[in-house]
Amino acid sequence: MASEHGHGESPTDYIVHHLTHFKVGEGFWTWHVDTLFMSALLAALTAWMLYAGARRIAAASGKAPAGLGNVVEAIYEFIDGQVADIYHGNRAFLVALALSLFTWVVAMNTMDLLPIDLPGSVAGLFGAGYWRVLPTADLNGPVAMAVVILALIIGFAIRAKGVGGYAHEWIAAPFGSNPLLWIPNLMLNIVELLAKPVSLSMRLFGNMYAGELLFMLIALLGFAAAFTIGGISLFLGQIVFGAAWAIFHILIILLQAYIFMVLPIVYISMAEEHH
Amino acid sequence: MTINATFIGQIIVFLILLWFIAKFVTPVVSQALAERAKKIADGLAAADRGQKDLAEATSRADAIIREARERAKQIEDLAARRSSETIEAAKQDAQAEGARIVQSARDEAATETGRAREELRREYGRLVVAGASRLLEREIDPRTHEQLLDQLASEIGRG
Repeated sequence: MASEHGHGESPTDYIVHHLTHFKVGEGFWTWHVDTLFMSALLAALTAWMLYAGARRIAAASGKAPAGLGNVVEAIYEFIDGQVADIYHGNRAFLVALALSLFTWVVAMNTMDLLPIDLPGSVAGLFGAGYWRVLPTADLNGPVAMAVVILALIIGFAIRAKGVGGYAHEWIAAPFGSNPLLWIPNLMLNIVELLAKPVSLSMRLFGNMYAGELLFMLIALLGFAAAFTIGGISLFLGQIVFGAAWAIFHILIILLQAYIFMVLPIVYISMAEEHH
Repeated sequence: MTINATFIGQIIVFLILLWFIAKFVTPVVSQALAERAKKIADGLAAADRGQKDLAEATSRADAIIREARERAKQIEDLAARRSSETIEAAKQDAQAEGARIVQSARDEAATETGRAREELRREYGRLVVAGASRLLEREIDPRTHEQLLDQLASEIGRG
């Protein structure tokens, strides 16, 4: 990065550069190649890790769990317990949903801990001028997941109540089935339903975007160190603050992934309840 | 920071991941864990059963030992009784035998005494006859004086 964008670059340029996606296409049909590539790569890695662990658990039947099998089993047990607490019923699919969400979001969020200029430099070797490594800090990533979850909420509600029952609930709950209340009910239900994916995706996106931005600002300390007399202290500041924020960010990575896993299960569980 | 086609791509990626995990990961893990849980439950049940068997066997062994001890005591008592009885019987036998031996010895001694006395008596008679004939300086014809001699002998015997 330093050699590519080094001396003539202002802090604003640095940050804007880091917030620019590697794009292909125009208008709506713009593809963020970095987001798509990273999320697909991490999905593949996550899936492979879970698959390998699952095979080891199955192969080690009767023996003490060890290694990767143990890790996958611990994750599975944790998520299975969480889902079992929230959802009472056949939870096989919901465990798969929660496991996918949690592991994938953790994997994507963890990209934030990579040294901020490293992914861009590596991508630069392959001719990419821009490379945002954190798919959850691209609004498309969280929103895509939230939309799939919204579809699942509606699907589970219809499965539990039937199309008629669900439609009736849209106009009759929560205030009552008086025709005068149909419109208020409908309005409230729209807000209630849309609030779920919006809050879910915005929470994850906001946290990760802010985290990424803070890493950039901390990196700017070192950037400024090159131009000032007291530069050495700024350089030390970058190291100290960078390390502190990275350590704290581990908590955010896991916490956001956990929230993003639990809330969809809660929403689906609520969608199956009759009002 | 806008929604664009990437959004569609992300949905597809997510759906593929979800499909893969629901198809190839969670069923395998949940089945393996269920199998293990069953195996553990079976093992615990078997351990319980084994413990119960052990307790049963221990109590049975205790009963057997107690019974054997009682039997041994009975046998011991019986043997002691038998041996004392045997000793008593032998003692009595020995006493009876001793008495019999003493009696027979006494009888024999009496017979011998009688016989010796008879012999002595005859000898004495002969000596008396011999002494008398010498005194008379003539031979006494035993045939002639048989009656006298016999009378004499019987008198000696009586005296």
